[in-house]
Amino acid sequence: MGKQSEAAVIDSTAVTDSWLGHKGALYAMIILGLVSIVSMLTLSLDLRFIYMLVYLWFGLVYGVFLQYGRFCMASAVRDLFAVKVPRMAVGVMIATALFSLTAAAVTVGGFSTFYPHPWGWHVIIGGAIFGFGIIFTGGCASGSLYKSGEGNVGSMLVVLAISVSQAAFVMAGGLMNRLVPSSWTASAAAKGMPEELTVTNGWFDQFMAGYIWDLKGITMAQWLGFENPVIGAFVGNALLGAILPTIAILLVLYLFFFRKAYLRRAKIAHPTSGDELRGLWAMLTSSKNTALAGLGLGIFAGLQMWATGALREHYQIFNFGELLEKMGYTNGLSIQGTVFDPGYWYITTQEAQWAGWALDQVGVNTMDTVFFGLENGIPNPLLNAPGLMSIGIILGAAVIALMRREFKWKLPNLETAVLAIVGGCLMGIGARIGMGCNVGAFFAAVTNGDMTGWAFLLGMTAGAFVGVKLFNWWIEWKLAREGDFAL
Amino acid sequence: MAVKFAKTGDGTYTLDVTNYVCPHPQVYTKKALEKMASGDVLTLLFDNPSSGESIISMCESAGNVLLDKSEEGGGTFRWDIRKG
Repeated sequence: MGKQSEAAVIDSTAVTDSWLGHKGALYAMIILGLVSIVSMLTLSLDLRFIYMLVYLWFGLVYGVFLQYGRFCMASAVRDLFAVKVPRMAVGVMIATALFSLTAAAVTVGGFSTFYPHPWGWHVIIGGAIFGFGIIFTGGCASGSLYKSGEGNVGSMLVVLAISVSQAAFVMAGGLMNRLVPSSWTASAAAKGMPEELTVTNGWFDQFMAGYIWDLKGITMAQWLGFENPVIGAFVGNALLGAILPTIAILLVLYLFFFRKAYLRRAKIAHPTSGDELRGLWAMLTSSKNTALAGLGLGIFAGLQMWATGALREHYQIFNFGELLEKMGYTNGLSIQGTVFDPGYWYITTQEAQWAGWALDQVGVNTMDTVFFGLENGIPNPLLNAPGLMSIGIILGAAVIALMRREFKWKLPNLETAVLAIVGGCLMGIGARIGMGCNVGAFFAAVTNGDMTGWAFLLGMTAGAFVGVKLFNWWIEWKLAREGDFAL
Repeated sequence: MAVKFAKTGDGTYTLDVTNYVCPHPQVYTKKALEKMASGDVLTLLFDNPSSGESIISMCESAGNVLLDKSEEGGGTFRWDIRKG
């Protein structure tokens, strides 16, 4: 204590030890070795499992980037309001701009796996519920996965809550049926769905069949009527749909959250336009880890779409369910013979499937729902390709956290455990109403020209704003009551 | 396992927010710094890596100086911050 000099920050961990040569590095190597061996054994069973392993290994890469950049979209909106820090919001915008370009290249190449989401008020409402929930859990859906990889048991509870709450929500009937508008019921009944789906029983079934299916999704390129695919993808979807809004958001972040402190630090009283540009650049590069993670995620998210799209063409399939059937695995396929298989970075649906599968194992009929029975199926978690991506994120984050000596088993106390479960349940419900989380419904959407993603972000921001107000109120109340901060 | 904030000497304080995930560490750090006088030094203990990034940005914009970053071992960080 008492170091009063203005000395540069000393990072003693970097001085005393290298990354390698400690126990953490050994455990990291063991994890990587085991994933490699299991991958090879899986391929020796059937080469076609490469399709599933692409998900696993991309998940691993995402986990490394997420942990390295402390890349959590919850903090993008939360830290803005809670502590006035734009770091993560900037990182997300960098990733968004870059992914929009790689996604456009993949679309032009004909390998895109993306379909625009239907637009309706549900996107904003789902985003708001999700955004409210993330304030209390300490991370977004992918943030909770990477923090699980850091040994955070509270984040594992969040993942569990997201998983179970989604499954419960998509199956809920009974009293929930009373909340269904009669127009949804009529429209759902008119769809002529197979009887085993009992499509007019259950809130979510009727939400899907009687509301969502009647809506349309469109990309920016389609909306603007661009016929040239290159112009459509790069100008319509990437430039107009993602990059220009991103630049506008970055300018707002600079003006309201960075400029004042920057000019004060740089001792600039009358800034020129050059000073403002240097200020903007300082904001973009203020956290190099986050900016680098944004770049990496943007590139790899595009590569994953390309890899999966190319494999689909190679195997002449539209969905992994077809490949599973050809390989002789028919358990857990939907009645269309499909499974959830987005082909890009996505988080929440596969976690719902884990709980759906577990419930099925103990005899609960989960397949009478549109969500599981018709669309996503409930494959065994070992054969759930996007599920392996989620597990890959946990493992990738564990590898880099171990190497950087940041892994630590952290048990939640009662307060953080309750917040994790309640917040996680809200995230699960919000994700189902909004058709995804901050990754599936925002990041993957806006970067592919789907403007519903911006609506999701708007809802998420509003929900997070209210959540931060409530969180601050909770902290103040707790401190006043327990006297934790009394000196 | 509550948050521990204590005065340890003349102008020196400690804040222990280990076992807390975002946003607790950064919010408590902000509150602790608000209670301190300019020139006072806070020793902060935390084990949620992502909070560190936010705390660095918070210090930069508020004019607080991060004097020292070290590791307690086992994934716990000890940072000294002087209030600006």
